[in-house]
This record gives sequence, structure tokens and C-alpha cells, in this order.
Amino acid sequence: MISGNSHGAPIMRYSAFSVFLNALRGNTTWKPAWRSPLPKNHYDVIIVGGGGHGLATAYYLAKEFGVTNVAVLEKGYIGSGNVGRNTTIIRSNYLLQGNNPFYELSMKLWEGLEQDFNFNAMVSQRGVLNLYHSDAQRDAYTRRGNAMRLHGVDSELLDRNAVRQMLPFLDFDNARFPIQGALMQKRGGTVRHDAVAWGYARGADSRGVDIIQNCEVTGIRRENGRVTGVETSQGFIGCGKLALAAAGNSTVVADMVDMKLPIESHVLQAFVSEGLKPFIDNVVTFGAGHFYVSQSDKGGLVFGGDIDGYNSYAQRGNLATVEHVAEAGVAMIPALSRVRVLRSWGGVMDMSMDGSPIIDRTHIDNLYLNAGWCYGGFKATPASGFCYAHLIAKNEPHETGRAFRLDRFARGRMIDEKGVGAQPNLH
Amino acid sequence: MASLIACPHCGPRPKEEFTVRGDAGINRPAPDAGKDAWYAYVYLRDNPRGRHKEHWHHTSGCRRWLVVERDTMTHAVYSAVDAAVTGETV
Repeated sequence: MISGNSHGAPIMRYSAFSVFLNALRGNTTWKPAWRSPLPKNHYDVIIVGGGGHGLATAYYLAKEFGVTNVAVLEKGYIGSGNVGRNTTIIRSNYLLQGNNPFYELSMKLWEGLEQDFNFNAMVSQRGVLNLYHSDAQRDAYTRRGNAMRLHGVDSELLDRNAVRQMLPFLDFDNARFPIQGALMQKRGGTVRHDAVAWGYARGADSRGVDIIQNCEVTGIRRENGRVTGVETSQGFIGCGKLALAAAGNSTVVADMVDMKLPIESHVLQAFVSEGLKPFIDNVVTFGAGHFYVSQSDKGGLVFGGDIDGYNSYAQRGNLATVEHVAEAGVAMIPALSRVRVLRSWGGVMDMSMDGSPIIDRTHIDNLYLNAGWCYGGFKATPASGFCYAHLIAKNEPHETGRAFRLDRFARGRMIDEKGVGAQPNLH
Repeated sequence: MASLIACPHCGPRPKEEFTVRGDAGINRPAPDAGKDAWYAYVYLRDNPRGRHKEHWHHTSGCRRWLVVERDTMTHAVYSAVDAAVTGETV
């Protein structure tokens, strides 16, 4: 039940029995899930950014690659960034060669995650349905579904009646966007996003990783062309390798080493409604506009739409986008028209120039980059952490993350899933 | 993003009348400028946290291209001038 970690602090393995035992003790013996250490003078690896990807990287570095002298530096608190701001959707329904195996690795890691890090992340494979509204869209989804199957990923093309049986409340006969069917990935679904951050943080911490919150990196120190450490709000911390995972603030951190990135930061908003009785069983996306929705276990509808479209680091957006998202939602599900929205919020997206991420080395020997997740980073969290840890530990990319090179733009090897070109606000 | 952009031709107008194109500080290189210059032009962005000059088109107004300077952290708009006046044309 209680086992020691490398620092001698007891960590408690969570189980039904531990819940029972702690209940008998009046819940007075629960321990904090991770420590709050002071930074050491030097680490083998420093990860900048304690979001989902940074924490997952630290976890896999310690667990899979035996690198435990690691610090994760987070300028706010764990879960305050995009890992706690997304709409919690997981899926691996990608078309392109470079993307599909990577996101499928992520899906497989999601499937075993809770057992792996001993934390209830509420992984719910409730199925993701992408609606189609025209013959052309059906053909495009057929192609995507076939590409998925060729990669060994599950996909099903549903016709109108099959969708109607699952989701009778959709507006099938919308005059402009009649619903013809859907592409479904049954293994897709949702995961409780905060628990992902907490589970990875606890798993990394118990293996010796220092998670240092409220520690903002303000500068990167270099000597002889190598990074020697970072200036932070808690003083200088030395490192052997520096790994950036700063999401929307990637440009700000990369500026510290005069590295210009193919990235723009944009704001994406998300919303949650008042609690309703069970209503929407799956994740559903609108094919005629940008809208996606699922229902949380508390009953709130969790939904979102497109990015606002202008550069922003503000973590809040505009009412015009709120209106647009609401219109798309009501066009898809008319019953939403009288549902009240409880909260809306924004996150800063690191929009890359082809809509796909970057996991790569940089022009500096011991500096690594993980960025460009656009607004699809949450589902990628486990594979991103795994591939990034592999790159940092072995200095060579993991086979499923090979395509996400920083130099692919210069080499003409873009991975443009949507096919819109170098215009970040369109991805 | 502020709700209003002060168009030099039309006065303060709701920002929904405008279409954003992006960074106004990028200039198209000469055709023979070389691969690196073209790569930087198409793909690399300053993406500042703070003051930023952008091209906005007054799509539902005078249909002029403007250079709007605003803050990407606070969303405050500092200025909007006609792109032809500043010389920072598309």
C-alpha cells in the first residue's frame, strides 16, 4: 500500500482498498499527490512548461528511459494552462501518414493510462462522430476512414439512419446542411483533463522528478553554443539538456535563444453549459461548421468551435466567436437553443504553419523543442510526452514522431491535414 | 481584442466588420532573394507577446487595407492607419 520513492517520501498507491482504509481513518492520512520542492542547482534535464505535455515528458523520461534527475518548471500552477482549458476530446481519426500512427500511439497509451500511472483519469471511449452533410464530404470522410483502417485504426462510416438511431435529436433535415451520415471512431471519446495533469505529475514526482510551480523562465544561459541553464523567477538553475514544452508561449521562450518559429499564438475559446440530464452519449462534431460537443459526467455540455482568428496571448476571446459557436451548435442540435451557458474561457494555441506539431532537436545541441500543437494538443498528450522523452533521452526521434521535424517547412515536407497552406488562423 | 477599431476613413467600427490577414511587418522578398528569404517570408513569424502591427481589411466598410497596431496580451488597439499611407502594403 505504501511504498517509498527515491526521496524516501511515502507515496500511496490508490486502490479501492486504500479508499476504504482511509475512510476508516477519517480521511486524515491522505498524502499530497506530489511534493513542492525547492529547485536544486542542477538537473540532467529541465522541462520548460508544466502542462500536459511537459508533465507527460517528465513521467516517461523517468519511467521508460530511466532519466530521473529532471525538473519541470511551470510559471503558474499545474493544470492552469491548456491542459485544463480544452474540451477533453481524444481521437486518432487522422488522414495523413505522418499524423496517423502518432495519434494512434496516443490512443493506445490513453487506453492503458489509468493502470499505468495509477490515477483515475476517467478515460471514456464513448465514440467520436464527425457528421457529413454532402456527397463530397462523405467521399472525403470515406477516404479518411479508409486511411485509418489501412493504419489499423478503427473507423466506421454511418449512413443517415444509423446516425438517427444514435442521435435522434440532431437536425437531420436542416434545409441548408441536411445530415447524410457520419464517420465514427468508436475508440475515441473523452478524458478528464485535470486528472491527466495530476496523474502525470504524481507519477513523475514519485519517480524523483521535481515539479516546481510558480517558477517562470525569464532567460536561457548559453556558453560555447550550448545551453547551461535557465534564469527563473526562483534564480538560476543549471541543466544538461533543456526541453521546451511551452505551448502558446513557445515563441516567447524561443526568443530567449534567438530562435524564430513557424508559429503564431491564437486564442481558442471553450464553453460549458448548465448541468442537464444525460442527453448526448458521444462526442459529436458538426461537419457544416466548426462545433464539437460532449456531455460531462456532471451533466454540463462541453463544447467549442473555431479560434477567434487574430494573434493573442490573452487566454480570453471575443463575444462574436461565442455567438458564432452558439449558432453552429443550434444549427446542429436545435434543442440547445434554450440551454444556458455557465462558463466560457480561452486558451493560447501555438498554431503552426501547417497545422501539425513539432517534436525535434534545434540548432543548439542540447536544446529540444515541442510545440505547434494548434488546438489538437490534448489528445496527443501521452504520445507527445513519450516521443519527446525518447528524443531527449536517446537524442533520436521515436519512430512515430519522426515526421514532426522543425525543418520540414524549409524542405517542403509539410503535414497539412486540412490543406489550407501557411495560414495559421485557418488551420 | 477590443470591440472597436478606429478606421481612419469610417471612424470607430465594430471589429466584426474587419478581416485580419496577419503580421504587417513581413515584406515580400525579391523573386531571386533565395530560399532562406522565401522560407522566412512564408513560414517564420515574430509572434510577439505585446505590441503587434497587423493588416486588417475593412471588409464590411470602406474595403481599405489598414495597418492596426494592437497588444496581443491586453487586446488594446493603439492605432489604425491606411496601409497605403504607411507604405506597408500587402
